[in-house]
Amino acid sequence: MPAVRRPRLAVWKFASCDGCQLSVLDLEDELLALADRIEIANFREASSAVVDGPYDLSLVEGSVTTAEDAKRIREVRAQSRVLVTIGACATSGGIQALRNFADVEEYRRAVYARPEYIETLATSSGIAEHVPVDLELRGCPISKAQLLEAVSAFLGQRAPNLPNDSVCIECKRRGNVCVVVAHGTPCLGPVTQAGCGAICPAFHRGCYGCFGPQGSPNIPSFLAHARDLGLSAPEIRRVFRTFNANAPAFRVASESAAAEPEAR
Amino acid sequence: MVGSGAGGPRSLPREEFPAFFEALRAEGYSIVGPTVRDGAIVYDRLEGVDDLPIGWTDRQEAGRYRLERRGDRALFGYSVGPFTWKKFLFPARERLFTISRDGPSFSVAPEPTDPTRFALLGMRACELAGLDVTDRVFQGGPVVDPGYSARRSRILRVAVQCGQAGGTCFCVSMGTGPGVRDGADLVLTEILEPGPHRFLFEARTGAGTSVLARLKTAVAPVADERTAGEIVARTASSMGRALETEGVRDLLRETLSHPRWDDVARRCLSCTNCTMVCPTCFCSTQEEVPDLTGATVERWRRWDSCFNLGFTELHGTAVRKSGLSRYRQWLTHKLGTWHDQFGTSGCIGCGRCITWCPVGIDLTAEIAALRVPPVSVTKEAPR
Ligand code: SF4
Ligand code: SF4
Repeated sequence: MPAVRRPRLAVWKFASCDGCQLSVLDLEDELLALADRIEIANFREASSAVVDGPYDLSLVEGSVTTAEDAKRIREVRAQSRVLVTIGACATSGGIQALRNFADVEEYRRAVYARPEYIETLATSSGIAEHVPVDLELRGCPISKAQLLEAVSAFLGQRAPNLPNDSVCIECKRRGNVCVVVAHGTPCLGPVTQAGCGAICPAFHRGCYGCFGPQGSPNIPSFLAHARDLGLSAPEIRRVFRTFNANAPAFRVASESAAAEPEAR
Repeated sequence: MVGSGAGGPRSLPREEFPAFFEALRAEGYSIVGPTVRDGAIVYDRLEGVDDLPIGWTDRQEAGRYRLERRGDRALFGYSVGPFTWKKFLFPARERLFTISRDGPSFSVAPEPTDPTRFALLGMRACELAGLDVTDRVFQGGPVVDPGYSARRSRILRVAVQCGQAGGTCFCVSMGTGPGVRDGADLVLTEILEPGPHRFLFEARTGAGTSVLARLKTAVAPVADERTAGEIVARTASSMGRALETEGVRDLLRETLSHPRWDDVARRCLSCTNCTMVCPTCFCSTQEEVPDLTGATVERWRRWDSCFNLGFTELHGTAVRKSGLSRYRQWLTHKLGTWHDQFGTSGCIGCGRCITWCPVGIDLTAEIAALRVPPVSVTKEAPR
């Protein structure tokens, strides 16, 4: 009897730092069990041997920043039955989406000796702005546990369990003391989606917002709260302009902070 | 002289307090209680007296908590902190059972119960009331939660009467403290003055009496009993907050369209902190965690919250989409419909949800505001 064909997996890279792909490689302990159930057909970061598509599951890292990438993502989509974006770049445009708030021409001239060699779009955008996406894994980088959950849900043909709660609930479950209330440390936890396991507050740092906005963020209240903690408008703008600067709720946050008068 | 523990309050000098830890261990208990960690007083395993927050206290306000040094060496000179005893009975994450494939069938292995017997050292009067509330929730009805009740049957409740009230405490309003009435195995009162630093011990149950019998205590002088009463009275008169409970159930039923809900919803972050720190909030979710081979699956339960959008989902769509509806759900349940469901208020007046709310939302102030009839005459439909 012929063996049942294992589903084919492909991992794709767009504009990104490769950190999320490294999280896939970092599955070390689970990779063997995974390879039993899924054929790793196209994963250039891991192996140059490539099996042609179509693919059953595509993991896409990175954002779209060039006209060529905008075309390539359509090709990827066409060859993929299920497409999952991995990480902040693929979901919201990543740190490189800071260009969306600036003049790219000016950047090009300031950064490159021969700007005429650089071809780039004016914005960095998430994959879902270009093609339909079946599932988004947040994070900078993604969480190993959530990646495994997404893959095992795909294999089990079930809905993945990826709550859009705030980081605060993970802090409390983990037993962290709240850095805001007990230390006065500004923290994006209340407006940020869970998934990381509340790593930064466990080390007495405020949350940096790697997982982007939670399911129902209250940005106006959070901005007032940040001001009460003593943050200035430019500081507030800066905390929202990182890996998820272009995620809609965080974009609104930094833009409304920017619109405020400096002195209050 | 060796005290029997029975027959009235006993006195133990502060220097002898380590012997109390030994007595608890000799009775087979693992001791959990207050200790300083990361700028707060948390409940954790204690090795000895030195792990207690000696000479520390806390200053609490809405949205703010700070540790401070006391001028003395009190062991229990603080108010309640960010964590509750709930975590020892209803853990934040708990595996309930494991299912394994077994040929064409499957088998279910229940989770073995942890045999640890915890002595909960330093329970406050309000927290004993909180324990009564979670008892009603988890084992008071026709369905008993096996994990909770197994753990519950093994604890020793060592209460300490409060020597000071925190800035957000309102147990007097809720009728739960600061004096310990019932629900404890042992009741301690820390006496710092006049005279030497000492403890008044009272055994309230057989289990408490057995521990006390292992200690060299003396019959407490009548004056110490009076002092203990004064300590509690002083604490009662310095509550940080008050909540008018008269008619609050009806109030909440009748004010579902009050504009104050819009006001609080503008501030609420839907972050869940209030529910995570509340000693009586009991919501949880269950999830299946399969292994990659599909051979086994574990069923886990973890704390969840009515403030989470996902928690309100019914067949795939959230039924309480607005922050307003979620905050209103929480408060109307806690202070109102909880009575219908469990025959008691869900609030014990500990003040944690006030202190640990990042934006300082204060349910005592919200109730006070709901008591003021709205100025506008336009009638809004409830959302
Ligand atoms: S509602 Fe607030 S004050 Fe009442 S028991 Fe819960 S945390 Fe304490
Ligand atoms: S009331 Fe406060 S602690 Fe509770 S969800 Fe709202 S902002 Fe968070």
